[in-house]
Amino acid sequence: MDRRDFLKNICLFISSGAVVGGLSPDAWAKLIHKDYDPAKHYYGMGIDIDKCIGCGRCMQACKTENDVPGVPYFFRTWVERYVIKTDKSVTVKTISTNLEELADSFVEKDMLRSFFVPKLCNQCDHPPCVQVCPVGATFKTDDGVILVDGKRCIGCRYCIQACPYGARYLHPETRVADKCTFCYHRLVRGLLPACVEVCPKQARVFGDMKSIASPLGRFIRMNKLHVLKPSLNTDPKVYYANLDGEVN
Amino acid sequence: MKEFFNKLPEQAVRVIVVFLVLAVGLFVIRQFIIPPEMKEPALQKLSSMEREADKEVKYAGAQVCGQCHEKEHDIKKTGYHRDLSCESCHGAAQKHADNPTDVKPTSPKKRDYCGYCHTYNSSRPTGFPQINPDTHNPRKPCITCHNPHNPKPPQTPRSCAACHAQIERTKAASYHALLGCTVCHNTPEKHKTAPRTIRPTKPDTREFCGKCHDKASPGKGVPAVDMNAHGEKYVCWQCHYPHMLGGI
Repeated sequence: MDRRDFLKNICLFISSGAVVGGLSPDAWAKLIHKDYDPAKHYYGMGIDIDKCIGCGRCMQACKTENDVPGVPYFFRTWVERYVIKTDKSVTVKTISTNLEELADSFVEKDMLRSFFVPKLCNQCDHPPCVQVCPVGATFKTDDGVILVDGKRCIGCRYCIQACPYGARYLHPETRVADKCTFCYHRLVRGLLPACVEVCPKQARVFGDMKSIASPLGRFIRMNKLHVLKPSLNTDPKVYYANLDGEVN
Repeated sequence: MKEFFNKLPEQAVRVIVVFLVLAVGLFVIRQFIIPPEMKEPALQKLSSMEREADKEVKYAGAQVCGQCHEKEHDIKKTGYHRDLSCESCHGAAQKHADNPTDVKPTSPKKRDYCGYCHTYNSSRPTGFPQINPDTHNPRKPCITCHNPHNPKPPQTPRSCAACHAQIERTKAASYHALLGCTVCHNTPEKHKTAPRTIRPTKPDTREFCGKCHDKASPGKGVPAVDMNAHGEKYVCWQCHYPHMLGGI
């Protein structure tokens, strides 16, 4: 072999290595769970403020279903109690899942109006949290849910800062960002998210926006809807009915 | 080939060997050690969704419960708790569904659990059944009087005062004390179950009040005015509050 052949061989070797290395495994076309195809769905949630009784069962169920730490401050979904007094002052407080603490704040004086607002990740169509993630750990699935890849997340908290709805928190044990997934593991099995399942007043309505006959489709047709912070153009997929103007 | 290597100076061979080892090392690391989902974003997304989908389901859903507990399911679906999922009270029961004999779900038999929804809270929607636990049969478990699968108030609210107590008390001290609410308000039966969406009517014409208060009307001892001259274009209740006829 002369020098020319040697160089030729080297070139071949390197390029073939690159080709083999770049080939993708055949896991590509695999469905993520049995016959569930994400491209056939697009999920959203409706919340009727007039129906919410502030019992906090959704918060409790979410913690149980998703192994969210039991202590307060860590929530994937939470319920805020708005109290607007006669002097127009507004107080907002996240309700407790503990009955004794809950009962402490039950009666207010000089109340003009008051109501509960359940909140969760709005699963924005244009999610700011996905934009800021420096490692691409958070992403939007084909069925419209924003997920966090716990293996890739470096826990830098940019997304927690970027979320205008305060829907994310840093999980104290795994040290990665965590948020509502619409109970993705339940969706792929055809079940409802845990908070919707336990809601005693059906204040939360869940459904597929690609299906006209879903309960959410009816909710969207029958109510005057509002989303949180519409001016930010995040295009949330959590729709509120009978929302008060004081809520933001 | 051998001749070619023999001709090379020793230091050149060493450099080539070092580079070869590096190249092979890099190839091996990229090909076999780095997992494919770290190299391909689409694959990373897919594997992350798979991991999310594989998470453990803890709430089985009401349909699963109904497959065995037919009796409770049937009783519940006609009562006021029809929208309430079994697991809202009995807790997450997927483990019980998988292994019905060994794992039993909880059954809240004490007084406190019902309080999550039914303790009086000024923020709760009007008409939602609420009690003050300190005065409502203290220390007695709720289930002694109410069947949780088909709850009924021991006495269904007969009068409007069940919810509109303040108006009832005001009216009792007014000249209109002897008039029933339905004399002026046409109240659909459904207002009892959907108090905010289905509302009673209010008298919206001057002629309605004129039936008693016009000079030409037959009532005796009723303050009467000339409906044509009095009050111009205004409807009566814009100046007079009919529930509280003090000096107005």
